Amino acid sequence: MTAQPDLEQAPLARLPLDAIHRSLGARMAPFAGYDMPLQYASGIVSETLHTRQKAGLFDVSHMGQAILAGAGAARALEGLVPADILGLAPGRTRYTQLLSESGGILDDLLVTRLPGVEERLLLVVNAARKAADFAFIAERLPQFDFLPLNRALIALQGPRAAGVLGALLPGAEGLPFMSWRAFDEGVSSFFVSRTGYTGEDGFEISMRPDRAELFVKAMLQNPDVAPVGLGARDALRLEAGLPLYGHDLDEATDPVEAGLAWSIGKRRRTEGGFPGFARIGAALRDGSARLRVGLAPQSKAPVREGAILVSQSGEIVGNVTSGGFSPTLQRPIAMGYVAREHARAGVPLATELRGSRIGVDVAPLPFVAHRYFRTDAKGA
Amino acid sequence: MSGLKYSKDHEYLRIEGEVAVVGITDYAQAQLGDIVFVDLPTIGKKVTKGGELAVIESVKAASEVYAPVAGEVVEVNAELGEKPALVNEAPLSGGWLVKLRLENPAEIETLMDEAAYDGFLKTL
Repeated sequence: MTAQPDLEQAPLARLPLDAIHRSLGARMAPFAGYDMPLQYASGIVSETLHTRQKAGLFDVSHMGQAILAGAGAARALEGLVPADILGLAPGRTRYTQLLSESGGILDDLLVTRLPGVEERLLLVVNAARKAADFAFIAERLPQFDFLPLNRALIALQGPRAAGVLGALLPGAEGLPFMSWRAFDEGVSSFFVSRTGYTGEDGFEISMRPDRAELFVKAMLQNPDVAPVGLGARDALRLEAGLPLYGHDLDEATDPVEAGLAWSIGKRRRTEGGFPGFARIGAALRDGSARLRVGLAPQSKAPVREGAILVSQSGEIVGNVTSGGFSPTLQRPIAMGYVAREHARAGVPLATELRGSRIGVDVAPLPFVAHRYFRTDAKGA
Repeated sequence: MSGLKYSKDHEYLRIEGEVAVVGITDYAQAQLGDIVFVDLPTIGKKVTKGGELAVIESVKAASEVYAPVAGEVVEVNAELGEKPALVNEAPLSGGWLVKLRLENPAEIETLMDEAAYDGFLKTL
């Protein structure tokens, strides 16, 4: 058997809850400069199923949290992202992307407009990109206060998450999807948003690092809650058809071909005013040359990132950007980019795996239906 | 003593006459995590010591299994086609991978016995 991948050279940062992870039997692995729990004793399959059936607890404190504050901050942030930030009501959260001048995705992030008199936006970005994102935002928007936050971030995801969290922070269970509230509990507040990246109902809870241990231990006392590592987090988001930065999204990819046009505000499609509007506007109007799609390998072996996809006539038409095994469906699943004319569910493509040809059908996303918490018929 | 021989790559060998049953150790299966597919060689394939013998796919990654000794594949564990998780559940018994006819039985002496392997694990 092959050795595990080489450890990164730089010393790894430790999560505030590092000791708890180790006491829970976590196997740790380097990720984005952090020593992260890859899985716990029960394993990736069991952790994935537990999250779909009950509630999984994820330490995502490696992600970047920051506040952009000052009169005009929402309008100014619209100069960097294509979402409607001006129209974001206080206490509401939106998914968007930081864009390069040519419309490529520098990162994807959540933006929340905080309640209160002062204009403040809470940003949550990917761990591997946070240093670059924070430098970019501070440089582009120097007239605003930009404050990176040193807070732990815990995700609680799954159909039992609302019951679990509501017992600890009464009122959290009624929070609508994609909204945010601060719960004042003693010396510092818990920021709770009804968000996540598993396709399940759930929450992301931000708190001061020194308050995280007691809070996490309280959640873990509930038998519905199990700790879940990065391995299952990746399986869950792939099952839910959600793209992962650095794999399915990168600086060469624009939001339209990535299937994220839904996150571009209606007003912004006509007004523009965000980087890469020429490319993105044209893609919205005329369609993209390639599109992100779901892929169903017709094999028992998973098809992994990097696999090349060919058409029935043998022409190269795309590539796999994420691939693995779905614990929920008990079969391989993948996603990738294919040329527009092949980007239709059911189109039979193929790849090569260890010398054998394997059929790979274009498949609808998500693989596992989303079960977000909706409080009205229209959705959030 | 189990009578098993072990490689530093965490394969084991159980000698049955001129044939060796090859699998991965309990340590190895735990490191790989949930195994979802095992790509086994064709019967009759000749492998050199250190050559690729099989590929084990876990949820997160594909890992190669190397032949601890040279030989010819005379049987593969067909049950793994339907139940790859046998490698996790019973790596030393029902989760074996292949049977090799040894090309050079003296090569067995280059492998570790159980006490040496246990000692090796403590160094990791």
